[in-house]
Amino acid sequence: MDHLRNPALLRGVTQPRTRREAFRIAGLSAAALALAACGVQGQKAAPPKADSVKEFWSKQTKHGKVVFANWPEYMPEDKGPLEAFTKATGISYEYKEVINENAEFFGKADPVLRAGQPLGYDIVVMTNGVQLQHMFELGYAIPLDHSQLPNFAANAGAKYKERSYDPGNTYTIPYMSGMTGIAYNTKHVKDDITSIEALFDPKYKGRVGMMADAQEIANFGMIALGIDPENSTEADWRKAGEKLKAQRDAGIVRKYYDQSYIDAVSKGDIWLSMAWSGDVFQRQLAGEPVEFVVPQEGGTIWTDNLLIPKGAANPVDALMLMDFLYRPDIAAELDEYVQFVTPVPAVQDLFKEQAATAKGEEKKALEALVSSPLMFPSEADYAKLRSYTKLTTAQEQVFNPIFQSITQA
Amino acid sequence: MRRLTPYLLALPSWMWLAIFLVVPMAAMASVSLQTGNAIDGFAMTFSFSNYADALSTYSTQLVRSIVYGGLATVAMLLIGYPVAYWIAFKGGRRKSVYLFLLLLPFFVSFVLRTISWGFLLADNGILFGTLKSWGALPADFHVLATTFAVVAGLTYNWLPFMILPIYVSLERVDPRTVEAAQDLYASRTAAFRRVVLPLSLPGVFAGVLMTFVPATADPVNAQVLGGTGNTMIGNIIQIEYLTNLDYPTASALSFTLMALLLVGIFIYAKALGTENVLEAAAR
Amino acid sequence: MRSRGGRVGDRLLHAYTWLVILWLSSPIAVMIMFGFNDTPSKSNTSWHGFTLKWYRELFEISDLTTALRNSIYIAVISTIITVVIGTMLGLALGRYRFRGKGATNFLVFAAISTPELVMGASLLSLFVSANLPRDAITITIAHVLFSLSFVTVTVRARVVTLDPSMEEAARDLGATTWGTFRQVTLPAILPGVLAGAMLAFALSIDDYVVTSFVNGSTLTFPLWIIGSVKTGIPPQVNVMGTLIFGLGVLIAIANAVAARRRA
Repeated sequence: MDHLRNPALLRGVTQPRTRREAFRIAGLSAAALALAACGVQGQKAAPPKADSVKEFWSKQTKHGKVVFANWPEYMPEDKGPLEAFTKATGISYEYKEVINENAEFFGKADPVLRAGQPLGYDIVVMTNGVQLQHMFELGYAIPLDHSQLPNFAANAGAKYKERSYDPGNTYTIPYMSGMTGIAYNTKHVKDDITSIEALFDPKYKGRVGMMADAQEIANFGMIALGIDPENSTEADWRKAGEKLKAQRDAGIVRKYYDQSYIDAVSKGDIWLSMAWSGDVFQRQLAGEPVEFVVPQEGGTIWTDNLLIPKGAANPVDALMLMDFLYRPDIAAELDEYVQFVTPVPAVQDLFKEQAATAKGEEKKALEALVSSPLMFPSEADYAKLRSYTKLTTAQEQVFNPIFQSITQA
Repeated sequence: MRRLTPYLLALPSWMWLAIFLVVPMAAMASVSLQTGNAIDGFAMTFSFSNYADALSTYSTQLVRSIVYGGLATVAMLLIGYPVAYWIAFKGGRRKSVYLFLLLLPFFVSFVLRTISWGFLLADNGILFGTLKSWGALPADFHVLATTFAVVAGLTYNWLPFMILPIYVSLERVDPRTVEAAQDLYASRTAAFRRVVLPLSLPGVFAGVLMTFVPATADPVNAQVLGGTGNTMIGNIIQIEYLTNLDYPTASALSFTLMALLLVGIFIYAKALGTENVLEAAAR
Repeated sequence: MRSRGGRVGDRLLHAYTWLVILWLSSPIAVMIMFGFNDTPSKSNTSWHGFTLKWYRELFEISDLTTALRNSIYIAVISTIITVVIGTMLGLALGRYRFRGKGATNFLVFAAISTPELVMGASLLSLFVSANLPRDAITITIAHVLFSLSFVTVTVRARVVTLDPSMEEAARDLGATTWGTFRQVTLPAILPGVLAGAMLAFALSIDDYVVTSFVNGSTLTFPLWIIGSVKTGIPPQVNVMGTLIFGLGVLIAIANAVAARRRA
């Protein structure tokens, strides 16, 4: 029986809703809206004054406990460095791998901190970029007391003491760094890749991967035009946007990736991609045919940073742990597992010493670490690396649409 | 007491939905009409223009999402209905075993499943690499990073949500009815079309509701399996909310999406005459 | 009697059903395989040879083990709650007329159509303003919320096909309300309830987005895995997936055998 031709059925389905029901629904919605008509309060914080910072820290004492929130796989499984910390200072730790994405973490932290509640963590790790800027601007990060960070002062590399996104290391000190460069599949790409223009080469049409993150892709767009992202203006962003749009319209880009580019490059689905050094290093250890290069025009350096969130229960203990991680032997233990770029240059020498006395598998592994430019970039590499563009809130609202309209179209 | 029965039955769910859905939704509706930014704060300005702006900026992605969701739903219906039919009528005592087996892969991490698909469908992997080496496919053939992959991914991931409700309503049909119809109509397909299919409509409607709606809003398949030009509205909402911290736009987009889906489902319900079928069956 | 074409049709459908089941399970085969991969680095993406070492070292990553345990507890508890209140709602919506039915239907629809991100974010705001700490309890609450509609809709689809005169007959014969439900209604809607339960369990155990907002610092299996994607998913994850799947297959086989024995 054909439903639509049954007159009784048609009568049934074309009865209008009763007016009473319609009013009821409208009434409910109006009430709900009225209830919720308040806005979300702004939280803009002024930059910290030196005296208030000193005053804050003078009131804090050591509590004997610290809660450390970090990204997964950023600490050896046996928690060696943390155990050593407890042995050295008597402070117990709680370690939670709860951070997966800066945006997601900030999205969760914002409502909590905005309501004036503590996150429950004493140390968190965030990458430099938009979300970290927001943490500073909203007063969500406690300014550090550098008088209690002697190891940092003594052992951190010079470049890690001057970072454009946190002048004077007011709120953060680096944890691990990485580079964004070009990864390519050596089975499919026979040329030596040295220039950033390789990513824009029509020869690789449909085989190029770019990153979806606006800051990452903007940097590469600008570097390809010879512009320094750290000192760029709106006009520069638009120029970069046009270059990236042309790249997309020419069909060169296969996809804008979040982090799965490395799988794609390894498998050969794409042949070249914007890539993070640590990812490539991992795959090389697994014997996959990928190479990493920092383009001669430049690449990006990003840093995951340690900071103390507002409302932290144990700030002094947090500070002590942060400083402890800058002891060269501890930094070495950490880096041996994490395999990104450590902010403590002395680690390379330590690895060399350990490699000299080690044997067999362990010796090979350590030597691989020591000689890898992905873990210990050369001076020449460092000179080419740039940070992300620093943006005010107003600038963000111009910057983001330029690049998102390319990656999210 | 009898008259109170439906209210008592519905009460716990009402409370759950009222507290955990209605209140947050109302707050979100309020946010969708505000202006400002995360640093300086948002203020209620009843700016309905948020909706207009969001719609005009992202109309492509909205339409695309509905198309992808629709295609996936049709695919799921075509693929899933026969499975539900067979299990309901011929599954015998092991019906729930089959259902369980259908759902079992989904108890295992989505990430692992997706990575495994990425491995299987790699341009030069186990499947395509072999076919290419036999010359059966052109060298630059690829499935990943295409629209087809996204729709296929949506179909794959939501298929059990189509099969189970259809099964649930089909299983109710007495096989003897079908046999009687066959004796009278003398054709299997006619028996199916005129007896079984109409009786399964509540299940079909439920299946479409539970697949079309989430598939259209899904961000993950587009993110993982799509290439350029496959971005769906779920991805946009994610970016607006998490990266741009543009809560009003994200909220406005969510409500717009919900409204569009509601209209779609409503039209579908009317076309099927499901409302009336549901009522008629309940008498 | 049954035509010969009919029997062929049945066989084809039978084979087709198995084909679909196998298609749905195909990535699982890959997952199982990589649980045996002897990978030297942290990434588990290219084959290096067979090893059982990950099975031996299964519980070595304590956070991962905890996360898996959390996921299972939360999935079981949220499924139970959802099935109970969802079945009740499905019964109400499928059988009765009452005031607010339209609004309820709309709410059920709204819960399915809300993008997960939005649901997670708004729940987080709610919990924060209510000063509720975010942990396994808030995760369970959220899971019930998004599974509720699926159970309700599935049960409702079943309820509308029922013949109410059966229950009237039972009542006429003197059964109590609860007795009627237990012995007449429940068996009749049981397929719907079980189907809903399986859907709810699947939704809960693999949920990422909503959970990521309301979990506080409690980790679930999907959260842990996604967190490890950046640096490489350890093979232990594959092993755990394999064991979950294997357990499921065993349960299925046991059920099939038991079903055959039931005369």
